[in-house]
Amino acid sequence: MADAAAPPSEVFRLSMLINDSRYRSTTVQIAVLILFLLGFFWLANNAVQNLAALGKPINFGFLSQTAGYDINQTLIEYDSTYSHGRATMVGLLNTLLVAFMGCVTATLIGLVGGVLRLSNNWLVSRLVIFYVETFRNVPVLLWIIVCMLTITSTLPGPRAFRGDDPEASMILFGNVAATNRGIYVPRPFFENGLGSAGLNFLLVAAVIVAGIFFVRWNNRRAAAQQVQTGHRPDTLWMNLGAMIVPFVVLMFIMGLSWERPELKGFNFQGGLQMQAPLIGVWLGLSLYTGTYIVEIVRSGIMAVSKGQSEAAAALGIRPGPTMTLVVLPQALRVIIPQLISQFLNLTKNSSLGVAVGYADLVATLGTTTLNQSGREMETILLLMAIYLTISLTISAGMNWYNRSVQLVGR
Amino acid sequence: MSISYVRTEMEEAQPAPVSTVGFVGWVRGNLFSSVTNTILTLVAAYLLVRLLIAIVPWIYFGVWDAGSLSECREIFAQLYPDGQQYACWAVIVDRWDQIIFGFYSADQFWRPILGWILIGVSAVPILYPNAPRSLLYVTVATIFVYPFLIWGGTIWPYLMAAVGFVVGYAVYRGLATLTASNAFSSIIAVSGGVIGAAVWWIVLSGPISGALADAMPWGIEAFRSRDLAGFALAVTIGVVAIAASLPLAIALALGRQSDMLIVNKLSTGFIEMIRGVPLITLIFVAVVLLQYFLPTGTDVDPILAIMILVTLFTAAYIAEVIRAGLAAVPKGQYEAADSLGLNYGMAQRLIILPQALKIAIPGIVSNFISVFKDTVLVSIVFPNDPLGIADTVRADSNWNGIVWELYGFIALVFFIFCFAMSRYSLSLEKRLQTGHR
Repeated sequence: MADAAAPPSEVFRLSMLINDSRYRSTTVQIAVLILFLLGFFWLANNAVQNLAALGKPINFGFLSQTAGYDINQTLIEYDSTYSHGRATMVGLLNTLLVAFMGCVTATLIGLVGGVLRLSNNWLVSRLVIFYVETFRNVPVLLWIIVCMLTITSTLPGPRAFRGDDPEASMILFGNVAATNRGIYVPRPFFENGLGSAGLNFLLVAAVIVAGIFFVRWNNRRAAAQQVQTGHRPDTLWMNLGAMIVPFVVLMFIMGLSWERPELKGFNFQGGLQMQAPLIGVWLGLSLYTGTYIVEIVRSGIMAVSKGQSEAAAALGIRPGPTMTLVVLPQALRVIIPQLISQFLNLTKNSSLGVAVGYADLVATLGTTTLNQSGREMETILLLMAIYLTISLTISAGMNWYNRSVQLVGR
Repeated sequence: MSISYVRTEMEEAQPAPVSTVGFVGWVRGNLFSSVTNTILTLVAAYLLVRLLIAIVPWIYFGVWDAGSLSECREIFAQLYPDGQQYACWAVIVDRWDQIIFGFYSADQFWRPILGWILIGVSAVPILYPNAPRSLLYVTVATIFVYPFLIWGGTIWPYLMAAVGFVVGYAVYRGLATLTASNAFSSIIAVSGGVIGAAVWWIVLSGPISGALADAMPWGIEAFRSRDLAGFALAVTIGVVAIAASLPLAIALALGRQSDMLIVNKLSTGFIEMIRGVPLITLIFVAVVLLQYFLPTGTDVDPILAIMILVTLFTAAYIAEVIRAGLAAVPKGQYEAADSLGLNYGMAQRLIILPQALKIAIPGIVSNFISVFKDTVLVSIVFPNDPLGIADTVRADSNWNGIVWELYGFIALVFFIFCFAMSRYSLSLEKRLQTGHR
């Protein structure tokens, strides 16, 4: 006996590719893929043919050729005899430098501003609102240019520092020279260090990290003792000592001294030099991004329900610990992802430094190297690839963080 | 036991202490409630007064009528023998036309002005749901009228571009009624409509508009886009980018939400790639690289190329906003659409997208603000946008040395528009919130 409900034997018809929902999505995807590949190959083919016609097929060899241009702000050793690759590296480090400095100051501005914005002091919170609205509603490029012009047009030139009775003098006990070309601060160096700046830095960092680990261990020990005996031993002095004493001893052994900037000829020499463009970009980016962080901090703190701090009060926890132990950990879960995306924005916006002559990646690789080597395709693709790598790295870190707080959360 | 005293009527309430009500109470409560608060108030007041003293007289005593910066300085030297200098607003008066309208000649100013009015009117039905629906016709018309006003030339290319949509729609309707009403026919009809419109734009519209222009040269003076400058350029780039990026953004957002692996990966890859690089690199691509990617000999209008790349940039960001809107639509809505037997297109068009877009509007508005602000990046490659014009003015020997007046004015214009838009988006957010919770 045959099955009563035997399905009719299926015959594949061409129209099923669209009509049958089992095949339809495959059909659509293949169509999209074919269109995409066609478009991609059309563009790529055009590019290859155009470049071949101009006699410059894609070749990254220019990176090892001599750059032949100077960069005024460098973190690593560089002069015009180094290669384009080295110049790119200088630009990348400058981008990262200003992005890092900007992130730190923007976070500080944002934290202070966010707390003041929420304060019940009417005047202060209005002033913060005024700051936020003014800075975020005007293009960041304009702020960068304005910050740069503020430095170049209000600070005295190096010439004003010369002579027996100079018009301008160095501030902070003659240590810092604020001129319209940049700000010059004393540079720390070690008289008997380990030989290279990198090694010295690692040693100092190791001592600081060791101090931090000691403090964490000490706090855990104190907490364990508190649980056992009900009495928490005093950790403050021990922690401070662990952080400060080894550091001071290390500085003493390595012979820390400071190289002051000095006026020689027409400009200041020596010391750490922060050229005017660096400061302009740094200030502009910090003030602009700071406004966004103010709002992020404010909304993060407000996102924690009032019941949480009331519950803490009911448990007899004082206002300070309530903030650090109850409200902030919950607010940070909201704040940090948005904060990191602002850091990402700031890093991308640092590319605007090129407008005031800051030697970042866009100015070195994307402008001067491009013009000198004539390799538009390679330089711009490399430029985009570097920025993309930075962005994807940061957002991968952010995704990892989001997952980790999600596990901890409710 | 006897009751010695029973109160039969209430005492008059005592007035609240003077220190807790009225102005004094407000001041005590909001400014001087504690020692820290008092210190904060005093510091803030000091800073505020310093700021006002520095800025207000400078603005107020500024000179509005002068031909050059040195003339301004002479006026100040006559008026204030102590050498006090104030703002020289004359530069704004002198260069107003250039900053706002760019290089349009004075008899052509009505074109951008009319265009902006149209944009304002066409934004009303999108921004205010209660506005009459008929205004949407203005919105649709503006898409074609605004470019005509800005670039000019004969009216035919713009008309033919609009006709392309009509052709596409006609093909779609024709195919849809010809074939039976099932999924097969709808896909065929839609692709037929798209192909019909594409054929019209690529093959037919050029010769036809050329022939019509020869026969009936109706139009206004043509204007090259590299002469587009000042706020006319900023607004045009912003409007083109936002209008052209919306359909693309919706497609990208749907693609990223899609179950289809290839579509999903392509959309995600595009969005992340665009969002991962600064806009200035995309502008470099537009100005330097785009000509390489097109067939040899294609003449690329750099401003148009910038508009295309800014559009792609905006689309990637708005796609993320719309995706968040799509994710915020409750799953029950998708399931309800499925259970009614709607296919994907109908479900999205009738059920999902209207709700998702409504949620996404505040985010879209804030993206519009960023695009408008980002238009000044053009100044890095061309001295055409407001900041570029500022550079041009400062390079002029009459105004060499002027800084704050010029940048202050440009900042003010940006501030007015961006602040108004952000207030709108805030109010909208509030309105939507009460509707949903």
